[in-house]
Amino acid sequence: MDSFLFLIASFILATIAGGLIIILRRPAEVDRIMAAQLLGTGGVAILLILAIATKASPIVDVALMLALFAAFATVAFVRDAPDPQNTAQRQ
Amino acid sequence: MKRMEFALDLFTVFTLTAGALFFLAGTVGLIRFPDPLTRLHALTKVDNVGLGLVVVGLIPQADGWVGAFKLVIVWLLVQLSGAIVTQLIAGAIRERGPSV
Repeated sequence: MDSFLFLIASFILATIAGGLIIILRRPAEVDRIMAAQLLGTGGVAILLILAIATKASPIVDVALMLALFAAFATVAFVRDAPDPQNTAQRQ
Repeated sequence: MKRMEFALDLFTVFTLTAGALFFLAGTVGLIRFPDPLTRLHALTKVDNVGLGLVVVGLIPQADGWVGAFKLVIVWLLVQLSGAIVTQLIAGAIRERGPSV
C-alpha cells in the first residue's frame, strides 16, 4: 500500500512540475500566479499522501501551512498596485 | 476482517488514481486553454476535485477519527481559499486586462 501511495505522490509531483515549467515560460503574470496556485493545491495533495504513507502526522500541518500561504500569495498579487503603463492607457 | 481491509485498500487505490488523473486533467487544461478566465476555470475546479478524491481515498488509511477529521479540515480550507482566490484573480484580470 505504501509503495502505491508513493507512486501516486510522484505522479502528481511530475504532473505539477511539468505544468509549472511550461507555464512559467509564458509572459503573462496571471498565468504565473495560477501556476503558483496549482503548486499550492497539488503540494497539499502530495503532502497529505506522504503523511499517510510515512505515518508522520505532523506533515498534515505542513500541508495546512502550504494551503494558507498559497492563498496569501494570491492575495498579495491582487493587492499589488496596477502596472503604471496599463493605468496610463486606461486614463 | 481481512476482506474488509482489502475492500478499503481497493477503495483507496481507485479514488487516489482518479484524483491523480484529475490533477493531470487540470494541468493539461491550464496549459492548453486559450484565455486566462478559462484557464482559471480549469485550475480551480478540476484541481479541487482531485484533492477531494485524494482526501476521500486517504480517509480509510488515516490513523483514527482525529486523523481523518484533520484531512477533511485541510480539504475544506483549500476549498474555501480556492473559491476566494478564484474570485480575486478573476477580478484582477477584469480590472487590468487579460495580458497582465
